[in-house]
Amino acid sequence: MKKYLAFFRIRFINGLQYRAAAYAGMATQFAWGFMEILVYTVFHDTAPAAFPMEMGQLTSYIWLRQALLGLFMSWYYDRELLDMITSGNVAYEMCRPADIYTMWFAKNLATRCSRAALRCVPIFLVAGFLPGRFRLYPPAGAGALAMFCVSVTAGVLITVGLSMFVYATAFYTVSPLGMRIVAVNIIEFMSGGIIPLPFFPDGVFRVMRLLPFAATESTPFLIYSGALRGGDAGAAVALQFMWLVLITAGGKLYLDSSLRRLVIQGG
Amino acid sequence: MIRLVDICKSYRVSRRGAGLGSAVKSLFGRRYDLVRALDCVSFEVGDGEMIGYIGPNGAGKSSTVKVMSGILTPDSGECIVNGRVPWKERAAHVRDIGVVFGQRSQLWWDVPVGDSFDLIRDIYSVKRADYRQILDRLISRLDLGELMRTPARQLSLGQRMRCEIAASLLHRPKILFLDEPTIGLDAPSKLAVREFIRSLNRLEGVTVILTTHDMQDIEALTDRVILIGKGRILLDGPIERLTAAGGDKKIDELVADMYRAFEI
Amino acid sequence: MRLYIKFLLMHLKSAMEYKASFALTVLGQFMTSFSAFLGIYFMFGRFGAVGDYSFEETLICYAAVLFAYSAAECFFRGFDAFESVISNGEFDRAMVRPRPVMLLVLCSRAEFARFGRLMQAVVIFAYAIPASDIGWTADRIFTLIMMCAGGTALFAGLFIVRASVCFFTVEGLEFMNIFTDGGRELGTYPLDIYGQPVLRFYTYVIPLACVQYYPLSYITARTGRFWYALLPLAGFVFLVPCFALWRIGVRHYKSTGS
Repeated sequence: MKKYLAFFRIRFINGLQYRAAAYAGMATQFAWGFMEILVYTVFHDTAPAAFPMEMGQLTSYIWLRQALLGLFMSWYYDRELLDMITSGNVAYEMCRPADIYTMWFAKNLATRCSRAALRCVPIFLVAGFLPGRFRLYPPAGAGALAMFCVSVTAGVLITVGLSMFVYATAFYTVSPLGMRIVAVNIIEFMSGGIIPLPFFPDGVFRVMRLLPFAATESTPFLIYSGALRGGDAGAAVALQFMWLVLITAGGKLYLDSSLRRLVIQGG
Repeated sequence: MIRLVDICKSYRVSRRGAGLGSAVKSLFGRRYDLVRALDCVSFEVGDGEMIGYIGPNGAGKSSTVKVMSGILTPDSGECIVNGRVPWKERAAHVRDIGVVFGQRSQLWWDVPVGDSFDLIRDIYSVKRADYRQILDRLISRLDLGELMRTPARQLSLGQRMRCEIAASLLHRPKILFLDEPTIGLDAPSKLAVREFIRSLNRLEGVTVILTTHDMQDIEALTDRVILIGKGRILLDGPIERLTAAGGDKKIDELVADMYRAFEI
Repeated sequence: MRLYIKFLLMHLKSAMEYKASFALTVLGQFMTSFSAFLGIYFMFGRFGAVGDYSFEETLICYAAVLFAYSAAECFFRGFDAFESVISNGEFDRAMVRPRPVMLLVLCSRAEFARFGRLMQAVVIFAYAIPASDIGWTADRIFTLIMMCAGGTALFAGLFIVRASVCFFTVEGLEFMNIFTDGGRELGTYPLDIYGQPVLRFYTYVIPLACVQYYPLSYITARTGRFWYALLPLAGFVFLVPCFALWRIGVRHYKSTGS
C-alpha cells in the first residue's frame, strides 16, 4: 500500500507546480459557469413549469461541476500511459514490483485530486458570495453534506475505474485516438456533462440514472443541491458502491487479460 | 564569412526547491535567476572553413547557432553572416544557409522522402532544372536511390540522417550548420556521413559549422575547434593544440580534462 | 497559395497512410458534435423554445457556428495546436525557411479528421434550412454563406491569438478556451438571449455576434436592415489585430528563444 501512496504523492506534487495553468483553469471555469447559468436562466424564463428542478439547485450543480471539474473530467488520459501502451514500452512497467492496475489507478487519481485541490477552494469561495441568481448555495443540510462527501468519493473512484477500461482497450485498437474520442463522448454525455441528467426526457432519465455513468458526478451533485434526497439519495449512493465494486473488479480482470495477451504475443 | 562580435544573451529561469512545502509556496511567488547563455562571444569563420563547435550541455552552443541562423536576437553585440544581420534580413539570409538539427526531423514522417524533398524545393522555389541536377548528385553521393520512395518512418536512423542532410542542401546553401549529425548512428553510417561532409567542404567549398559531443567527428573532420563553456569562448584554434598537449591520451579524455580545467 | 495546396496534399497523403484510424477519428469527431446536438434536441423537447427562437432557427445558428469553428480547426490547426509546433522544433525550422513564418505555420498542420464535425454542420443545415419557415431568397442564402465565411475567419483569428499567447506562456493557455471553445458553446444559441452585456462584449470586443446574431436576425426577418447581412465581414477585420499580436509574439520569441 505504501508504494501506491508514494506514486500518489509524487503525482500530486507534480500536479501542483502548474500555477499559471491553475489560474487559467479557474478563469475558464468561472466563465463556463456563468455561461451555463445564463443559458439555463433563459430556458427557465421561457417555460418555468418545464424546469425539472429549482433554479437554485441547478446553479449549485453547475458550480460544483466547475469546481470539481478536475476530479471528474472525462477527457483526461495520461499521455505517458497511452504512449507506453501504443509503443509497447508497457513491458518495462511490468517489470516493476507493483500491481499495474493499482499503480495506474493511483496515478490517475492523484492527477485528478491535485487539479481539483488547486482550483476548487477559490471557486467555492467566490461562487458562494456571488449575487442573486449566480450564487452557489450551501448544501441542503448536514445530512446532505455528509452524504455528498461519501458520494463524491465513490464518484471519483468510479470515474477512474471507467477510464481504466479505456486504457485497457487501447491495447486492442488500431486507433487509440479515435477510440478515446468515442469513449470520452459517451461517458461525458451519459454522466450529464452536456446537459444535467434531469433535463433528459423523463423516460430516458429513469434509465440513465441507473447506469454507472450517472454514478460518477451526477449523483453527488444532485445530493448536494437537494434535488436528490432522503431514501432516493441513500439508494443512489448504494447503487454507486455496487458499480464501484463491479467496475474496479471488471477493470482489473480486463486489464490483466490485456496484459497477458501482450505477453503471449511478445508485444 | 561569419563574424560575431561580443554577442551577449541572458535568460530568466525560475528556481524551486523540492518537496510539498516549496511546491505550495511556489504557487504564490517565484524566484528568478538570470543566466548568461552567451557572454561576449566573438569569433570569425572564413569562407570554406570547417569548424568544430564544442562544449558541455547547456554551454551555449545551440544559442550561438540560433543567433547565426536568425532564430534568436541577441541582447547586444554584432553578428554578420555573408554581409547580412541574420535576424534583420531573415528571408534573404536563410536562403544562404542550411541547418540540420540532429534530433529533429524536417522530413514528413508518413510520406516518401522524395515528396518531402519536392515540397522543400517549392518552399525555396528552386528551379526545376537546377533541382534535378542537385538532387541527382545528392542521390548518388549519399546513396539515396532506394530511399526516395520510402516513408521516413521506415528509415533507419543512419538512412534518415543522410536524407536530412540532403534535405538541407537542396537549395545549395553556402553555409551549413550541423547540430549533432552523428548522434545515435552506427559505425558505417557515421563514416558515410563524415565522408560526405568532408567532400562537401573540400570539393564544393561549403562552410561547415559542426556542433557535436562526438570527439571522433571533430578529429576526423575539422582543422579548427571552438570551445564554449558557460557562455564564454574558452579556446579557439587548430585541433593540434588539443592533441599535442595531451601526449598519448585519447581525445575524449583530453576534452574531459579540459572541461575540468576550465571548471565547466 | 500554390504552396499551401501542396502542403494540404501532403497532409492528406499522411492521413491516408492510416485509413482505419482516420475513419475512426472522423467518427469520433462526428459523435462529439452529435452529443452536443442531442443535448440541444432534449432541451427543446422539454422547453419548446429558447427566448423567442424556435428549434429550427437555433439549429441554423448552431450549425453556422459549428461549421465556422470546424473549418477553422481543420485548416488553421497549426495555430490551434501551436504549442506542439513550438515544442517539437517545427517553429525553429520555419524560421530558417525563406517564406513568411505565418504561412509556414498555417501550412504545418491540417486536420482532415475535423471533417466529421463539418459533416455534422452540413447535415444539420440540410434538415433545418427546409424545416424552418424562412423564405429562402437569394439575399438570405447569401447571408448564411457570409455567416459561415466570416465565422471561419473569426475563429481563425482567435486561434492566431491563442498561438501568439503560446510565445509567452504555454501553461496559462487554457484561459484562451473561454474565447475559442466558449465562443462556440455560447454561439449555440443566438447571442441576444444572454442579455445586453454579453451581446455587447461579443459585438465590440470579439465580433462573434456580427457573424451570428445580427445576420441571423436578417435571415429570420427580425430586422429589415440589409447591412446586418454584411456584418460578418467584421470576422475578416478581426484578423488585423490578430496579425499584429502575432508579430509581437514572434518578436518576443526571437528575443527569448524559449
